[in-house]
Amino acid sequence: MTVLLAQDPTLADFGRDPWWLVLGKILFAFVFGLLATLLGVWFERRVVGYMQVRPGPNQVGPFGLLQTLADGLKMAFKEDILPRAADKVVYFFAPVISVVCAVTALSVIPFGPMVSIFGHRTPLQVTDVPVAVLVLLACSSLAVYGIVLGGWASGSTYPLLGGLRSTAQMISYEVAMGLSIVAVFMTAGTMSTSGIVAAQASGTQLSLGGVEVPAPGWYAILLLPSFIIFFIAIVGETNRAPFDLPEAESELVAGFMTEYSSLKFALFMLSEYVAMVTMSAVTTTLFLGGWRAPAPITTFWAGANSGWWPMLWFFGKVLILVFVFVWLRGTLPRLRYDQFMRLGWKVLLPINLVWILVLAGLRSIEDWQSRDRLLVTAIGAGVLLLATILWPSRQPKPKPTLQEQVDSRPPGSFPLPPMDLQVPPSPRTKRVVAEREPANIAAGSDSREV
Amino acid sequence: MTTQTVLAAAGGVSGGEEVTFWILAPLALIGAIGMVWARNAVHSALWLVLTMLCLGVFYVLQAGPFIGMVQIIVYTGAIMMLFLFVLMLVGRDASDSLIETLRGQRIAAVVLGLGFAGLIGTGLRRALDGTSAAGLEQANAEGNVQGIARLLFTKYVFAFELTSALLITAAVGAMVLAHVERRREDRMDQVATMKARFRPGNYPGPKPGPGVFATSSSVVTPARLPDGRLSERSTPEILPVREMTAEETSLKGTDR
Repeated sequence: MTVLLAQDPTLADFGRDPWWLVLGKILFAFVFGLLATLLGVWFERRVVGYMQVRPGPNQVGPFGLLQTLADGLKMAFKEDILPRAADKVVYFFAPVISVVCAVTALSVIPFGPMVSIFGHRTPLQVTDVPVAVLVLLACSSLAVYGIVLGGWASGSTYPLLGGLRSTAQMISYEVAMGLSIVAVFMTAGTMSTSGIVAAQASGTQLSLGGVEVPAPGWYAILLLPSFIIFFIAIVGETNRAPFDLPEAESELVAGFMTEYSSLKFALFMLSEYVAMVTMSAVTTTLFLGGWRAPAPITTFWAGANSGWWPMLWFFGKVLILVFVFVWLRGTLPRLRYDQFMRLGWKVLLPINLVWILVLAGLRSIEDWQSRDRLLVTAIGAGVLLLATILWPSRQPKPKPTLQEQVDSRPPGSFPLPPMDLQVPPSPRTKRVVAEREPANIAAGSDSREV
Repeated sequence: MTTQTVLAAAGGVSGGEEVTFWILAPLALIGAIGMVWARNAVHSALWLVLTMLCLGVFYVLQAGPFIGMVQIIVYTGAIMMLFLFVLMLVGRDASDSLIETLRGQRIAAVVLGLGFAGLIGTGLRRALDGTSAAGLEQANAEGNVQGIARLLFTKYVFAFELTSALLITAAVGAMVLAHVERRREDRMDQVATMKARFRPGNYPGPKPGPGVFATSSSVVTPARLPDGRLSERSTPEILPVREMTAEETSLKGTDR
């Protein structure tokens, strides 16, 4: 057990690397972001294609893997258009801000435990600070500047509307996101990402009537409401469907990036996918046990959490979350703006506050005697039960019958046709529609279609 | 703790800290000056964002990582974003004019600003006179976040609750002033709207378009009904109903 515990990096392990190792880690995080974009766009198009029963890109390279690369190269050779009404400096810097913030957030993500690189014991993480999760929050809140400023600086109406929407959206969903992380802080007792991963290593022992029951270590299970709200909020934060209101193509052409072309547009695309991967990585770190192997693996393979293997688990979890992002996009229609705001302020926020209150209550009675603890929990549950039972329910008014509705119409109303009106079938209609042969066309394989 | 934080806590000024300071301090000053000098309101806000970001990094350098990050999240991320939101609603070409509407306003502003700075400076000096600094090492003894949390939830809990109550009151007050909510009785659902539409005395069909069957297609020309009467329902209420004169309706020679 001591061998396994020694794998966990603590805050003291950071900041001791030689310069080439620091440079290498930064380069790794950056390249990871770029590669994730290249593969992410391909992955999304293939998955959405599969969900819509069509092949998706399959021509460039094996399985169409190089399609994004080809698109990116093409994008670089497009004409870079600068609108005459644009604010030139801000227009130039907006996509840069987006990309920089999205990539910077990767620097505090723990990719793995302590490993040995050319003789140096070092954690697989660029850096960690006591407030690493706040760094992530800061990056995500600054990334919105790129979208907002891009919309404003374009100097036309649709981008401005997209930028405005993005502002309001970000302010609303940042609150829900921050509050759901509070539960993680309360349970883990730390704000550093490596500390949170370490805290999820082993579940606490709950004693239920004298029997020790191991609680799950993952905060996704332990703090399920926070996990759900956090995931909804990050979909809103990354402007992904169904919350992609800033670039709603059916309403705002392309929203904040309508006027962008060439490499600047490519930068916006890059930042969107890097943000998606980064946020998946953050969710993995905060709620899904980080780089630790999922529960059944460690029981029959003790070495699953040591060495370089954890990167496999980490990337697997991130991939699953990215798939969920794509799945949401392939399934859900875009929300209307007021519905979206109502969801943020009237559903996610109150649930979050109540949940934090309950969690704080549970935490504060943790060191009481088990009898008192049981008593308090029972009283709370009883009050909740009574409130549910005695809650004044609105009796639905009995619906008036059709005849009553007809009778209660004021005099002089519009004439009504008779209630038992039956329109006889027209003698001129020929009834030949039903006996048609069903079409029988065999579907071809993916590779033959283009 | 990272190396920088450790070094700052030890009281010395490391090379890295000095370099960061000399890079960011001019930037912060440029941002502050640019915020005052920028003509465009959004540019002004962006300069302020630059200054705030620099301040956030300074806090981190001074072994206060929590306050630094909070500065970036709350001030740059939320408050300046709200500012930008309002500025964009005002319009993208909103910029200052340099015409002085009140005579002597600028001089008065400079004098008042200097006076205020002097007041705060002397107040701070008198308040801090005689207190000895405990040092970062002692303040961050059990961790920066934990130290702040302990102070906030013990010594200053009442002040903080009071501040939050003040803020909530202000927010609720603003909402009460600005928000107009219709009463539940006044709200009409689809069925009620439909019934009102077919109530006797209300014509359920669409209004005739202006200029239909009339001599001109102008919006002020009322529609002519099949029996020859003019329909006032076809013109907007704020426009006077009038028939065009023969001279107005005659060809202007544009067809030649």
